Amino acid sequence: MKLLSFTALQIRRKILAREIRTSDLIKELYERINKVDPDVQSFLALNEKAAFDAAKEIDQKIANSVKVGLLAGIPIAIKDNICTEGIATTCASKILRNFIPPYDAFVIKRLKEEDAIIIGKTNLDEFAMGSSTENSSYKITRNPYNLNCVPGGSSGGSTAAVAADIAFMALGSETGGSIRQPAALCGVVGLKPTYGRVSRYGLIAFGSSLDQIGPVAKDVCDTALLLSVIAGKDKHDSTCADIGVPDYLKGIDGGVKGFRVGVPVEYFGKGLDDDVRTAVDKALKIYEKLGAKIVEVSLPHTEYAVAVYYIVANAEASSNLARFDGVRYGFRSNDVKGIDEMYCRSRSEGFGNEVKRRIMLGNYALSSGYYDAYYLKASKVRNLIKKDFDEVFKKIDCIICPTSPVPAFEIGERVNNPLEMYLSDIYTIPANLSGIPGISIPCGFSKKGLPIGLQILTNCFEEAKMLQIAYAFERETDFHLAKPKL
Amino acid sequence: MDYEVVIGLETHAELSTITKLFCGCSTKFGAEPNTQVCPVCLGMPGVLPVVNKKAFEYALKAAIALNCTINRYTNFDRKSYYYPDLPKNYQISQNYYNLGIDGYMTIEVNNVIKKIRMHNVHLEEEAGKLIHPENAGADYSLVDFNRAGVPLLEIVSCPDMRNATEVESYMHALKKILLYTGISDCKMQEGSLRFEASISLRKIGEEKLGNRVEMKNLNSMKSVLKAIEYETSRQSELLDRGEKIERETRLWDEIRERSVRMRSKEEAQDYRYFPEPDLLPFVIDEKWICSIQETIPELPLERKQRFVETFQLSDYDAGLLIEDKILADFFEECLKEVNLPKVFCNWIINDLLREVKEKKLDITSLKIKPDQLASLVIMIDKGTISNTIAKEVFSEMIDTGKEPKAIVEEKKLVQISDEGQISEILDKVIASNPNAIEDYKKGKKNALAFLMGQVMKESKGKANPKVVNELLKSKLEG
Repeated sequence: MKLLSFTALQIRRKILAREIRTSDLIKELYERINKVDPDVQSFLALNEKAAFDAAKEIDQKIANSVKVGLLAGIPIAIKDNICTEGIATTCASKILRNFIPPYDAFVIKRLKEEDAIIIGKTNLDEFAMGSSTENSSYKITRNPYNLNCVPGGSSGGSTAAVAADIAFMALGSETGGSIRQPAALCGVVGLKPTYGRVSRYGLIAFGSSLDQIGPVAKDVCDTALLLSVIAGKDKHDSTCADIGVPDYLKGIDGGVKGFRVGVPVEYFGKGLDDDVRTAVDKALKIYEKLGAKIVEVSLPHTEYAVAVYYIVANAEASSNLARFDGVRYGFRSNDVKGIDEMYCRSRSEGFGNEVKRRIMLGNYALSSGYYDAYYLKASKVRNLIKKDFDEVFKKIDCIICPTSPVPAFEIGERVNNPLEMYLSDIYTIPANLSGIPGISIPCGFSKKGLPIGLQILTNCFEEAKMLQIAYAFERETDFHLAKPKL
Repeated sequence: MDYEVVIGLETHAELSTITKLFCGCSTKFGAEPNTQVCPVCLGMPGVLPVVNKKAFEYALKAAIALNCTINRYTNFDRKSYYYPDLPKNYQISQNYYNLGIDGYMTIEVNNVIKKIRMHNVHLEEEAGKLIHPENAGADYSLVDFNRAGVPLLEIVSCPDMRNATEVESYMHALKKILLYTGISDCKMQEGSLRFEASISLRKIGEEKLGNRVEMKNLNSMKSVLKAIEYETSRQSELLDRGEKIERETRLWDEIRERSVRMRSKEEAQDYRYFPEPDLLPFVIDEKWICSIQETIPELPLERKQRFVETFQLSDYDAGLLIEDKILADFFEECLKEVNLPKVFCNWIINDLLREVKEKKLDITSLKIKPDQLASLVIMIDKGTISNTIAKEVFSEMIDTGKEPKAIVEEKKLVQISDEGQISEILDKVIASNPNAIEDYKKGKKNALAFLMGQVMKESKGKANPKVVNELLKSKLEG
């Protein structure tokens, strides 16, 4: 048990120092998964045999003093919308039940190159559409801090697994906050990289102009380590930037002395939970104490972000999900007469309600006669939101604000109110729309003992600075060390 | 009543790149089904397209050759529709910022030059191919995705054509430009060049265009022309009866030679175009355009005019030469050796083309080289060989690619002009044909021709006919 509560960097040190063997670690990990995951329900599939094989190989390498990768022996969980060759990748959808990708996503290739051990695939809202991981076709993941509460979403399986110490690290994906929001709700660290920082090749697309894969980890340093591995140019992704990847751990302890921290007034308005507000205010005090200057800033177009997001993301989703038609792979309805019925029934039976709702909304926004009024207009407002950030980043180093307006809510509480559910992402969506990076770190607990996340946003490709600012806080506090009782 | 026919053409040409538009799969025609595919062109979950720069530059080349304004900012859009041969159920195409707009092409009909305007030229990906089982009542169809993702150029003309002759000329001229620029092999039988026509009628003198009918399934140029004729009479009959023409899409039935309705305007698909978020927009600068411009050769029509003006060839002959860029290039290469344009033109359009046709040769891989034909022509000019022998040598050159000199020496085909040698042959022929001599002396002039023939036969065609003729006359009369 003790072994599994270490961070990835700590466990790596032990592995490299031959204090522990990777195979023993993996064995202990799967034992805990078997014990804990029936409650948490974070995994959709386990990769046990391959994980043991990989562990043995790494042990061999270390025994023979062969050079090993940056993530040697570290058990990592993968959100089930990232393609893994030979391992079913379902997007938590019935339409991809039993779908086994013939290729690895770029990030998976990188993890393997650095000797990470892929332990399993984690649950998500179907096709990453949701903020609670309740929209999965297979299971509802629970918050390790309170099994009656949601872990957030859509990367709820990944954040719950890391919080429950059944994965040292995990990959999640974001379209509108799907890493940061569940990281906040589960009390772990989650980072959304700059759009174009990490290749999307192999990430099953939801909203292509918004999607990014990002790390979920127990603390800021582990997050930095994982980001260093997955970031960088990929020739298979034209939107992936050809910008060098720094070692994000280097200089991470530089502190925040003299940094200007922007606090956007629009992020502290109606709908913000009192406990969250209190925790964030306290965090800002700590930053002030650490030598940062807190300045109030304004992002005037914030109020349009959610509306813009649901037009752009759904429009792209309606097109991205068109390929799931039962022709080449995935679910195909039986006893159909003709191609039209095959399409219709396969998709009706294969997709869940939230996915169908978004496909319909997206198709509507792109329809002839509505395109200008919806998609085109939304794209223009998106630019204004981006400009808001451009303006404030001329004057400040980062923005600090809550990640989610509320701590984890109860399972079932919001499922019948999509609009309320959509508002869970009100503070995270602007970063996706404008492409800037964001991180959520633990900054306290609610009166009910649920984790609260602090969000830090910087300008594009300033992940190093963002991690430095996050680490400055983490070093001063011990919220990241808290463990749920399971 | 008399109507004016208004025709516009949509052309799809597969670009002759080695790999597909968005992945590295081969574009080679005729492979086993689904052997030239990968996760990207199969539309597997999670894949992303990456633009083939060569394909983009070919499209740019076509747009420049068709005198288009190049959009300095261009991007791809997704065109959505469901069909089993379309892996992603959207086609990556262009809609909002086409690569080229407002171009034109000149065609020549009955020696009159006409400008046909281009609405736009854009790049998109090809779909796969459905294979329907032959047994009736089969409850499945098969899909071959080898073709899916092959780069496809779409060229949309303005409705500037007025009859089938103009359309025919347009199709040929466009095909020639695509071949000249080397961007498509234009093999209609392999589907790498396809046409769709939109046809409408209006009263003569009227400005407003009538409702257009879009005609699909035109598998050859002949079908295009037949469909236009059919549609013209179908629509004019309807108009004569006072009926309205509906805007619709019709399919050409090649066997029954008639068009049938595919869908009406109301049933038209909403393609829900929006910018392809997986690809970055292209910004095309002057430098890029210039570098592409430099790769465009002289286009067919200009070349023809130059041939007529510079080499005094007839319009018809020049037309035959430029019909295929390879022929025109061959011709000009010959001229570099010796400036005898008319002679080379005749050799090429008569002898070369006849040999190609008879021996079913591929014009792209001829064994004979221009400098060899030039040597042959020089040998005739110098009297080394006769015209008759030259044809024989030429035929062998076509087969083997050997130098004419080598063939002539090998087969001892050098012309005999030596009077002594010819005289000997003549004596022999005269001695063995007393009857013919008699006939000649009786005034039968065709006896001379007979004797000439005998001499040529005896000399295996090598005797110089001019010398033979003179010597024979003097011997018979002397």
